[in-house]
Order: sequence, then C-alpha cells, then structure tokens
Amino acid sequence: MTATTGTTRRPRPGIDLHVLGPILALLVLVIVGASLNSNFLSAANITNVLSRSAFIGIIAVGMTFVITSGGLDLSVGSMAAFIAGLMILVMNGLLPTMGPGWPLVFVGMLTAIVAGTAAGFVNGFLITSMRIEAFIVTLGTMGIYRSLVTWLADGGTLSLDFGMRAVIRPIYFEGLLGISWPILVFALVAIVGEIVMRRAAFGRHAAAVGSNDQVARYSSVNVNRVRMLTYVFLGILVGVATIMYVPRLGSASSSTGVLWELEAIAAVIIGGTMLKGGFGRVWGTVIGVLILSLIDNILNLTDGVSPYLNGAIQGVIIVLAVILQRERKAEG
Amino acid sequence: MTFDKITGATGAFALTALLAAPALAQDTRVIGVSIPAATHGWAGGMNFHAQEAIDRLEEVYPELDFVLATASDPGKQVNDIEDMVATRDIAALVVLPFESEPLTGPVKAVADSGTWVTVVDRGLAQEGIEDLYVAGDNTGFGRVSGEYMVSALPEGGKIVALRGIPTTIDNERVAGFEAAIEGSGIEIIDMEHGNWNRDDSFTVMQDFLSKHGEIDAVWASDDDMAIGVLAALEQSGRDDVQFVLGGAGMKEMIGRVRDGDTMIPADVTYPPAMIATAIELTAIGLTSTAPVSGTFTIGSVLITQENAEEYYYPDSPF
Repeated sequence: MTATTGTTRRPRPGIDLHVLGPILALLVLVIVGASLNSNFLSAANITNVLSRSAFIGIIAVGMTFVITSGGLDLSVGSMAAFIAGLMILVMNGLLPTMGPGWPLVFVGMLTAIVAGTAAGFVNGFLITSMRIEAFIVTLGTMGIYRSLVTWLADGGTLSLDFGMRAVIRPIYFEGLLGISWPILVFALVAIVGEIVMRRAAFGRHAAAVGSNDQVARYSSVNVNRVRMLTYVFLGILVGVATIMYVPRLGSASSSTGVLWELEAIAAVIIGGTMLKGGFGRVWGTVIGVLILSLIDNILNLTDGVSPYLNGAIQGVIIVLAVILQRERKAEG
Repeated sequence: MTFDKITGATGAFALTALLAAPALAQDTRVIGVSIPAATHGWAGGMNFHAQEAIDRLEEVYPELDFVLATASDPGKQVNDIEDMVATRDIAALVVLPFESEPLTGPVKAVADSGTWVTVVDRGLAQEGIEDLYVAGDNTGFGRVSGEYMVSALPEGGKIVALRGIPTTIDNERVAGFEAAIEGSGIEIIDMEHGNWNRDDSFTVMQDFLSKHGEIDAVWASDDDMAIGVLAALEQSGRDDVQFVLGGAGMKEMIGRVRDGDTMIPADVTYPPAMIATAIELTAIGLTSTAPVSGTFTIGSVLITQENAEEYYYPDSPF
C-alpha cells in the first residue's frame, strides 16, 4: 500500500490521467449537457444542480477522510434521515413554547449537530474501541437509523409545522449575493476539507493510518484517535447536510436519504481517493459529486434516453471515470 | 415471525386471551394478516388501517382472533405466513403480497390446505388461488386522473407527468391515463420517474422547469410526488402551471383540496384502507352465511372540494 501511495504522488511527465481523469469527465459532461439543451448553462439550472449536490457533497467530504484512513461508513444516508426526523420532531415539539422564529431554527440546527456528533461517536467507538469491522458496524447502524426514522414517523412522513416551514425555507432557497446557502456551505466545507487534508497534521495522519496503521502507530500517531475523529467529523457533516436538507421540503420519512451512502462513496472514489485508504483528495470528491448530479440533470433535460436506462448510464460513467485514472502499474 | 410495535400489543393480547380462557380456545378462529412493512407513506397508511380494522373487529367478533405481521421483504413475508400456519392454525389468511411471483407458491400451499385466502391489491401470479380478491384499480386510477385532466383543461394543453417506481402498477396507471386523454388536445411533453418520492420528484420537476418554457399542468400521479413538485414550482416562481394533480389520498393533500387550494384542485384515491375492506369481508365470511368470495374491486374516486371531507382521516399517518 505504501508503494502505491508513492507512485500516486510521484509527478509524471506529460498528461497525468490520474489527476485529470475526473476533471476531463466533468468537462465532457458539461459540454454534452450544453450541446443538448440551451437551458443547461442557465443560472437557474446551475443553482439547482449545485444546491442539490450539496447534501451528498458535504457528506462526501467527510467520507473522504473516513476512506482515506482506511475506514468506511454505510450508515450516513440512514443517519441523515434519522437526524432530519429528530430535527423536525424537536422543532415541532418546542413550537408551542418558543413560537416560530430563528431561535427555534437554531435549536433545530443544534439538535442536528449534536445528534450527528453522537451518531459519529457511536460508529467510531464501536470500530476503534470494540474493534469491529467498519463495514459491519455501519451496516448495523444503517439498519438501526432507518428503522428509527420509520418508527418516529409511524411509517408515514414527519412534516415540519407549516408556520415554521416558512421561517426555515430560506436556508435552502435563498443565499448571499445570489448564491444559495447550500452552495456556500458546501464550498466552505470543501475548502476547509482540502486544507485539512493537504496542510494539517490530521490529514497526513489520516493518510498514514489508512496506508499502514502499524507504521503509523510506530510513528507515534494515535491511530484510534485519528480513526475516531474521522467518524465524528463525518457525523457532524451529516448533521450539517441535514440542516440544509430539512428546509427544502420540510419533511422526513423512511425514504429520505436512501442510497446517499453509496452516492457519497462513489463520489469519493471517482474523485481519486483510494477505497483501500492511504490517499485522499477532497477536491476530487467535489468533482465526483458534481459528475453524479450532472448525469441525473442531463438525463432529465434530454429526450431520447429511456428513463429505465438512467441507472445504467450512471453506472457506465462511474466506471469510465475510474478507468481513466487507473494505475498504469496495474496493467503490467 | 417478528411483530412491529403495534402488532406486539395484538400478539400479547392474543396470548393473554389464550392463557386466560383455554376452554374458549377451540371456539376462537384466527385470521392471519400479512402485509408489507411501512416503508413509504402509502404503506404506512395501509398499516394504520389494518391495525384499526383489527382493533375494531376484535370488539365486534369476540369469537375471532387476529394476528398481524409486517414484512420488509418477500422472503420474510413467506416466513411470516409459514409461521402463522404452523403456530397459530389460522382459519383465514389476508395477504397483501410484497411481490406477486415469490408469494404465489406459499399462498397456494395455504389455500390448498383448506384455509380461506384473501388477496389484497397485488394479485398473485396464478389465477384462482384466492377465495376473495380485494383489488385496487390501477388502470382506473389512471383513467380517472386523465378524465379530470381533460375536464380541467378543456382547450387542451401541455402537461408533464411524473411516474412512480418502474412496476406493473405504474405502467397500468400511465396506460389508463394516456388512454383517457387521447384525442383531447392534451399533450404529455415529458415524463420521468419520480419513484413515488418527494426528493426525486422535486429534482425532476426542477429540471422539467428548466427544460420547458411552458407547462400548463402537472400530473404528479402521487401525493408524495405532488409535494416535491409544489416545492419546485414555488422556488421557480413560474405562473404558467395552473395546477398539480396528485393521487392516493394523503390527508394533507385532501385537506388542501377541501380548503379550495387552486394549485391542488382535486385528488384521485387509491385508498390504503382497502386492507380494512379485505379484513372485514374475511371476518364476515368466517362468521356468517353471507357469501363473500369473488373479486371486489375498489374504484378510484375523484376527490374535489365538494366531497373532500368524507375522505379526510385526521388520525391516519398518511
């Protein structure tokens, strides 16, 4: 694993598809989209696509750190649904005493962050202290959160009180200087994530742990602490994503956040992070998220492709994007 | 067999009844009810109505006992049914198959053993197994929706349609709708799958709005999808869309129809309460001489402001 990391980082002469692959794929999609429909590059469409990417995007940045340190989290989609349900219940419950307004919105946000932190801590604790495989732990918590939200909603849908919805709505639909809040928050999370991955000790430690945890341990890296923190950060980011999600439709049900975990993982891998850990690229993850939402958008904007085939086209593009950045070494 | 939290109470009740009055046990006949778990809004409503019907019928018929199991996949539903036959010696089975094919064999085995079988909504893959079939009418659902579109857009117009999860149910609905609007001047300019999901329909509708400069109306074909469509419309600020037609009968939507919301002028039912019809008819069949075998089709009804109050169930989660 250490050897592969070395190859990845060694500068290559000429065009390095490993770095350029995802960017090329994104560019091709943009060109295809623009040529198929004139509204593709309109401000409204770009805002739509970027805003709806924000949920998966914010989560995928956290997932990049988890995967880089050799972990995996399958529970994020269910976790988002559960936190959204909890946030709605708390706000509805406190509405009679606090009345609709921003103080209550902040209580809702706090609920989401606290719940996200706690959920991330539970995953991290089971993985680091109880030494259970991340795949199994998060497969378990995935089922737990999904059932909990169904149970909270009594099988139906939890809806935010109508008066409160008007107060909270601007968080998704409005913004600063014409850029909507989800886009701003996504950009901020991505930039901070990129800096932490590249410049901060934590990013290097995460890569070291994912590359070879024994060596990391001998280099006096607190392996368990690093692993734990990646899950806690991911939990917090799921909370942040939920804060962006709830204002959109003001509801949560058992169908909220279905398959978000796989979309987030796919985005991370398309972006060039190694699934087995040891190397992570936050900006690549952002590109990966954009690729995934653009495919959906383009398929909706064009005629001629049977909607039954949407999944197949997505699959082909995901595989192509990863082939473009395959290690040359693997061929020999 | 696992029971959800409501079912647990029924199970406990049944157990107490069995322990308290062993002498009566041989007189008590058990009706087994096997339905999919509440994984989406409609199924949630169906679970609610099943539980409500059972609570009510246990009062009405002291000689009947009910056992309710909810399954999250076809395999588990088969296990549930096998457990009911083996451990509760059910006299009748009311089943809403998760999927037709995998449930056909197991339900046939139950029917062959002489147990009364009532099938609800989704038919089995082989005809003639069940004694009673309480069916929803998907083609009719599409037709009623289409007829409403025609009456609401007498001049014709351009509409977009959202489809559900790709299934036979969805195909039948769309075919019924298309047949009803044929020749009316209404043109479906675009159609995509919103998967009976609010988030998906929101995204699809945003893209429809980017793609088409003029849309006269939206056939959301489902109330959950209508909610996503409405949010996308509100965001776009467009005023060319005159109304959105959902379907199924979610209480929030019925409430808006009742209150005269111009964006939601009507709704078309596909009532989750059809499970209650099936349980009740089965109970009648077991306890009386009234014949209940055959097919009972529950038509889809158009709800407008005039009759909305009758279809509003404030306690239902759906």
